[in-house]
Amino acid sequence: MDAITVTDLVVDRGRRRVLPGLTFSVPAGEVTGLLGPSGSGKSTLMRAIVGVQRVRSGTVDVLGHPAGSPTLRSRVGYVTQAPSVYADLTVRENVRYFAALYGRGVAEADAAVADVGLRDAAGQLVADLSGGQRGRASLACALVGAPELLVLDEPTVGLDPVLRVELWDRFHALARAGATLVVSSHVMDEAARCDRLLLLRDGALLADTTPAQLRTDGRSHDLEEAFLNVVRAREGVTA
Amino acid sequence: MSTTQHLSARLALATTGRVLRQLRHDHRTIAMMLILPSLLLGVLHLLWRDLPTAPGQPGTFDRVGLTMLGVFPFVVMFLVTSIAMLRERTSGTLERLLTTPLSRLDLLLGYGLAFGLAAALQAVVTVTVATTLYDLDVAGPVRLVVLIAVVDAVLGVALGLLASAFARSEFQAVQFMPVIVLPQFFLCGLLLPREQMAGWLQAISDALPLTYAVEALGELGRSAEATGTMWTDVGVVAGAALLALALAAGTLRRRTD
Repeated sequence: MDAITVTDLVVDRGRRRVLPGLTFSVPAGEVTGLLGPSGSGKSTLMRAIVGVQRVRSGTVDVLGHPAGSPTLRSRVGYVTQAPSVYADLTVRENVRYFAALYGRGVAEADAAVADVGLRDAAGQLVADLSGGQRGRASLACALVGAPELLVLDEPTVGLDPVLRVELWDRFHALARAGATLVVSSHVMDEAARCDRLLLLRDGALLADTTPAQLRTDGRSHDLEEAFLNVVRAREGVTA
Repeated sequence: MSTTQHLSARLALATTGRVLRQLRHDHRTIAMMLILPSLLLGVLHLLWRDLPTAPGQPGTFDRVGLTMLGVFPFVVMFLVTSIAMLRERTSGTLERLLTTPLSRLDLLLGYGLAFGLAAALQAVVTVTVATTLYDLDVAGPVRLVVLIAVVDAVLGVALGLLASAFARSEFQAVQFMPVIVLPQFFLCGLLLPREQMAGWLQAISDALPLTYAVEALGELGRSAEATGTMWTDVGVVAGAALLALALAAGTLRRRTD
C-alpha cells in the first residue's frame, strides 16, 4: 500500500516554477529518502505533502486523503528544516504543548524528550540550546503525536555522528512499527540508510530507486559517485 | 483547504497555557505589564494634583485617569499580541501549528484568553493603585472598571492579531501601534468632547471602538450604577473585538506560497 501518491504536481513559488510536474508514490512502512542538492525542491515537495504549500495543479494524496485534510492533522507529523519550537519555553514545555495538541499526555511528552536524547536538557529554555539540540527538540514535538506519516526536512543537520546514527535507528524502529517516514537530506551518505530513494534535481525526479539499485545503475559502490553518474547519463541523453 | 473550523476548548486552553508559560519566563515583561500603567497614572496624578476643579465637575485627573484605565490595556495588549503573533509567523511555529489538529479559531481564542487574563491582572493592579494611592474618584462599581479594561484588552489582542498579518517585520509591527491606536485615542472624546468635534471627525469617532470604551468608563465616572449606555458600549467593543478576531482568522492561511 502507498502512503503518499503524487500525481502531476506543479508548484510555483513567486514567478519561479519549483516543481514542474512530479509523479511518484511512497510505500507505507518504509523510510524514504528525499535526496538532492539545496534548491532542488525538497522542502517545497514536503510542504505540499503536509498540505501547507499552495499548489498550481496536480494532486497529492496522503494516507488515502487529499494532503492537508483535517482528518490528516493528527496522523501526519512535520518537522521543518529550521527548528520551529518556542525559544522562550523549555524543551519539556514545548513538547508537552504539542502533546496536548495531538491529544497525548505528559508521560508521552516526557518519553519523546528522552527519545531524542534531551532528557538532561528537558528543563532548559530552547533559546539556550545548541543548534543540534534545538533540532531534536523540534523533532520531539512531532514524535510525540506518534504520527502514521512523519515528514522530516533535514533532521540530522549539525548532529554529531553518534546521535545521527541513533536517530536513524529510531526512524527505522518507527518504520518497523508501521509508520511511514519521508526524510530529506542533501548529503548522500545518508542515502545508504534509507529503504527507498527519491533523487530530486531542479524539481525533477531523477530516480525512484533503492540504494542497492542506485549503486548498480550508477556503477559505483559510493552513492555520491553513483548519483553523479546517473545525473551525467541523464544529461547526456537529454543534451 | 478546508474552511471548517472545529472549535476545541481543550486545544484553545492548551494554547492559553502555552502563551502564559512563555510570559512567565519573561519576568521583565510581566513586571512592566503590571507596574508601568500604575507609574504612568502616578505621573498624571502628580501633574494635576493641585489644579483647582469647578464645583460639581469631576477633577481633571478623575476624568483622564479613568479613561487611561481603558487605554493602557488596549495599547499594551495590542503591542504584545502583534509581536507575539509575528514571532509565530517568522519562527515557523505558525505553519507547524496549522499542520496539527489545532484550528485557527482555537489558536486565536487561546491568545485572546491568555492576554485577556494578563490584562485582568493588570487592570486589578492599576485600578487598586489608582483608587487607593491616587484617590481616583469613580462613582460606579470598581469591578465594572476592571471589566471594561479587560474588554479593551481583548480588543487590543484582536486588533494586534489582525495587524500582525500585515507586518513583515518587527519594525513594521511596532509602527502599526500609532496607526491603529493614536487616531482612536485622538478622537475618543478625551482630548475634545465629541459634541464639539467637526461633523466628519465625529462620524469617524463613531466608527472607532475605543470611543465606546471611553464612553463606558465616563458613564462609570458619573453614575453610581451601571447604565444602559455603558452596557451598550461594552457590547459594541466586544463586538468589534469579535469582528477583528474573525478577520484575523481569515488572514491565517493554511496554504502559502
